[in-house]
Formats: sequence, C-alpha cells, structure tokens
Amino acid sequence: MSVIRDSSAPPARPRPPSPPAAEPGRGGARRGGRAGLWPYLLAAPTVLGMLYLLLYPLARAVLISLQDFQLRQLIQGDARFVGLRNYETLLTDERFWQVVRRTFLFMAANVVLIMLLATLVALLVERLGRLWRTAVLSALVLAWAMPVIATTTVFQWLFHSEFGIVNWTLRQLGFGSFERYPWFAHGLAAFTILVLLIVWQSVPFAAITLYSALTTVPAELYESARLDGASAGRIFRAVTLPMIRPIFMLVLSLEVIWTFKAFVQIWVMTNGGPGDATTILPVYAVQTALSSQRYDLGSAASMVTVLLMAAVLVLYFRQMFRQEGETL
Amino acid sequence: MSPVSTATLARTPRPRSRRRLLLNTAAALTIVLCLFPVYWMITTAFKPNRDIQSDTPRLLPRTWTLEHFRTAVDADGFALFWRNSILVTLTAVLLALVVALGASFAVARMRWRGRRQFMLLVFIAQMAPWEALIIPVYIISRDTGMLDRLPTLTLVYFMMTLPFTIVVLRGFIAAIPPELEEAAQVDGCTRRHAFRHITFPLLAPGLMATSLFGYITAWNEFAYANFLIIKQQDSRTLPVWLSSFQNVFGTDWGATMAASTLFALPALAVFLLLQRHVTSGFAAGAVKG
Repeated sequence: MSVIRDSSAPPARPRPPSPPAAEPGRGGARRGGRAGLWPYLLAAPTVLGMLYLLLYPLARAVLISLQDFQLRQLIQGDARFVGLRNYETLLTDERFWQVVRRTFLFMAANVVLIMLLATLVALLVERLGRLWRTAVLSALVLAWAMPVIATTTVFQWLFHSEFGIVNWTLRQLGFGSFERYPWFAHGLAAFTILVLLIVWQSVPFAAITLYSALTTVPAELYESARLDGASAGRIFRAVTLPMIRPIFMLVLSLEVIWTFKAFVQIWVMTNGGPGDATTILPVYAVQTALSSQRYDLGSAASMVTVLLMAAVLVLYFRQMFRQEGETL
Repeated sequence: MSPVSTATLARTPRPRSRRRLLLNTAAALTIVLCLFPVYWMITTAFKPNRDIQSDTPRLLPRTWTLEHFRTAVDADGFALFWRNSILVTLTAVLLALVVALGASFAVARMRWRGRRQFMLLVFIAQMAPWEALIIPVYIISRDTGMLDRLPTLTLVYFMMTLPFTIVVLRGFIAAIPPELEEAAQVDGCTRRHAFRHITFPLLAPGLMATSLFGYITAWNEFAYANFLIIKQQDSRTLPVWLSSFQNVFGTDWGATMAASTLFALPALAVFLLLQRHVTSGFAAGAVKG
C-alpha cells in the first residue's frame, strides 16, 4: 500500500492547512483514479440518510408553515401558499406568547438547577475517598440509565395523591394540607414536578461530565495556590472555574437544547395540562398540528423552536470546535 | 486530596474528621436521592396490593409477591410489543453500525475533499431537533403510506443513533495504528482484507460499546413511536405501551411498577456493565441525546 502511495502522482490540490493531519502515512486514498472514489462511496449512505431523514423533513416543515395546510389539504394534497400568514397568526396570538414565556421559564428553572446541583455533586465526588466516590458514581450512573418513560411513570406513583410516598412524607413532617393533595390538578404543582423530574434525570450526566473535567485539572495548580495562601473559595474561582469553563459551557448549552426533549415527559405525564400550565413550545406545536389538525400553525411553531435551538447550537458548536477543532 | 488526608488526620483530628463526616453525609444524601425512585419502583412491584394501598407506606415489603409481574406479562400484547421493540432497536442499531463503520473509516483513515465538512454535518445531525420534526415526519410517512409500520420507526431510530455512532467509531478507528494495516498490505493483503482481519477484530470492543448506547436510545424512544404508530396497535413498542399502561390497568400501581421494572431492566443492566466507559470517555460524547 505504502509503495503504491509513494509512486502516485503528487497532490494536485492544496492540502488542508493543519500540518499534523497532512503528514503522509495517514493518507490512504491518494491512489488517483477509481480509488479516490472510495471515501465518497463510504460516506454516501450517511449523507443520503441525512438528506432524506433530516433535511427533507425540515424543508417540508418550512413549506407547510408557509401553506394553508389543514385536515382537508392533508387528505386531498392541494395546499396553497399563503406567505407568512401562519407566522402572523402565531405571533399575534396571546396564547402563543404565553407558551414562549413558559418555555423560557421552564428552561431557566431546569438549567439553573441542573448546573448548580451537578457542579456541587462533581465537587463533592472529587473530594470523596475511593469507596464513597465509587458508590456515588454508581448511583449516578444508575439514575442516568433509567429509561425516561419508566422514570416518568415512577414519579407519577411517587406523587400519587392518595398512596404516594411524597404526600405521606410531607404529612409526617407536619404539613397536614398534603392529605390527598392532587399534584397534577394544580398548574404550579405539576410544573414543579416536571422540573424535579427533568433535573433528576439530567443531573447525573452533567455531574459525571463535570467530574471528569475536574480530574483533568493538574494537582500542582491546587498545591501552588494553597502554598500562596489562597482560601478554598478563591482557589475555586481562580483555579478550578477557569479550567473547567469550556466543559461547563458545553454541558450548559447541551442542557439548554435538551430542555426541548422534555416533550416526552410532559406529553406522558400531563399532556400540557392542567389547562396550559405545562405546555412548552414543542408540546404546543404537536397539539396544534396533530390534535387540532392545524398542521400549518404547528409547523410554524416548530420552526420557531428550531430557530431558538439553532441560536443555542451556534454557541455549542463554537465551544466544541474550540475543544476539538484540530481533531476534526 | 484523599491520600493526604490520613497524614493530616493525625495532626488535626477535629476539623478534618468533621469535614469528612460532612462530605460523607452529602454523599449518602446524593446516593439516596439517586436511588430512591429506582428502589421504590422495584419494591412496589414486589409488594402485595394491600401494602401498596395502605395509609402508611412500608420501606421494605413485608411479603414478596410475583403477582404483579404475572399481571404485566399476561397483559394484552406484552410479548408482541417486546418483540417489536427488540426488532426495531436491533435493526436500527445494526444498520447504523454498518453505515457508520464505512463513514468513520473514511473520515479516520482517508484524506478527501469535503472530509471536514462531512464531519461538521455529522456533528450537526447529532444535535438534530427531532422534537420539532415530528409533524413533517408524520405527514411524509402518511403521504408515502409508511404510517403504522415498523420500518418507518426503524429508519428514524437509525438516523437518531447514526451520528453518535460515527463520532465514537471514528475515535476508536483513529486509535488503531494504521501501520498495522500497512504492514499487512506490504505482506500482500488487499486493503479490504487488512481491514477485516487486522482492524476489525481490534475494533470489536468499540463496536460493542457504541451499539449498546445506540440500543438504549432506540429502546427508550417514545415521541415517534407514539405519533407514527396510531391505528395499527399491533405495531406499538414498549415505551408507548408503558405510557398507556395506566389506562389499561387503572389504579393497579403494582402491575404498573412491575411493567416499568421489566422495561427498565435491560437499560440498567447495560449501563452498569458499561459503567467504566460511561464515567470515562463516553460522558463527553453526549450519550443521552
């Protein structure tokens, strides 16, 4: 193979600027002619899959959001374009803005709690002895592994109004008002349970990732800081935080994006209710489209969701390429 | 920090040991908070009904019963949905593995124009807004007569797991020195033979780990299974069945928890087996996504 490569024609096109990647020996397919097609053939199924299963649905959603597309058009397929009318309808609807505000509130509550708890747990794990550390990490992994639907079902049982252990515990602690308290009948209570559920499911990943970032901080840094007489709080701010900042920002943006995945938990647990109390954007979009057959409005709401996610994604990618730009 | 602690413990016993106690208490609290829902699910599943529906819940079941598991397994279609889930998940993961193997080999071992752009696409696809694509995927499946069919789900799950599989496999392939393959080729192996007999066996652990994570993603997926399988109840998968379990069984929380346990068990087992990978490199790969 290397013999063939050496005898092949010198590269006609300039190679990418990154010097370590351009070194010979790694390069495989520069044999000219038919062999040059191999990487494209190998990558083709992936690209085709992305085109048909991601780009096409996305383009279709954009189209539908610009059309008058309801049950009739779904069956007869004679949708016509109406320009930005659906977006107009959406943006002048007070209910839509309530949903947007609620989405951001839900996101903020989740992300702040997740990052705070995860950082605390990561710092805790780092300071533990070996036995305790293994125990905490195993518990985190177990919680992480619980399937979303199973946990959602278990939380419904934990917060059951009559036989739920949470109501029982609260009663034992002297809160008599929780006698048969119907958590899922009150908007704020249902919202709180969903936040608790998301936080419980998300903290393990964030904590484990932050912990592995903490382990990469060289011990010498801590030592010299301590020799200089820095306090624990100052060491955290001046040494730990700057070192784990990239990973922290990565996890933060992931958690922001994953807020929209709460669709599943919300759909199973409350269906957006009671009333509208737990309806966030993706739930609103699917309700509008599949329950009220306003596919056009639902698609428009989905596109607003995509735009919101894209904004966060740009931040995420900037952070990620700073992390592993060279290996790309 | 911990190796130092024994030495310093002797010098200043009080504040050190108090700090240790505080840390260990916090650790115990974390463990309890993480494990309690799982523990409560499993014990409820084993408790007789009169203990479940009692005014004072018991932390440990007085008597153990398998009755709820029997109810869950005997429920209508349980075996069928189990089979559907396995079928869809396995096919999607195998398909993703085959496609990803080619793509990640091309990325890790070959130099070609568009390689960086391709990897960027993969990273973007990994963060695809699947929650926002439910409506168009539903409409496309309806138009092409693919609603209520398992292959549709399989394709969606394939695309959900593919980007992550490529990213991880690329790392595994890049870690295997290409000199091994080249040596085999010098000895007269063809490139394909060298890959099959040298690289592939070394890749096996990576393939295992990657596919298991893909397996969990597909096994747990709910949204698409719920909206793409509507009329044909026989094509439903386990997560959808579990979410409707309460409608089927009403207030039988024992059976509901038994079903949840049966559903969660494969995922829990896989994660515990892979714990070492989970806590090291995999955390960075956005596994849960």
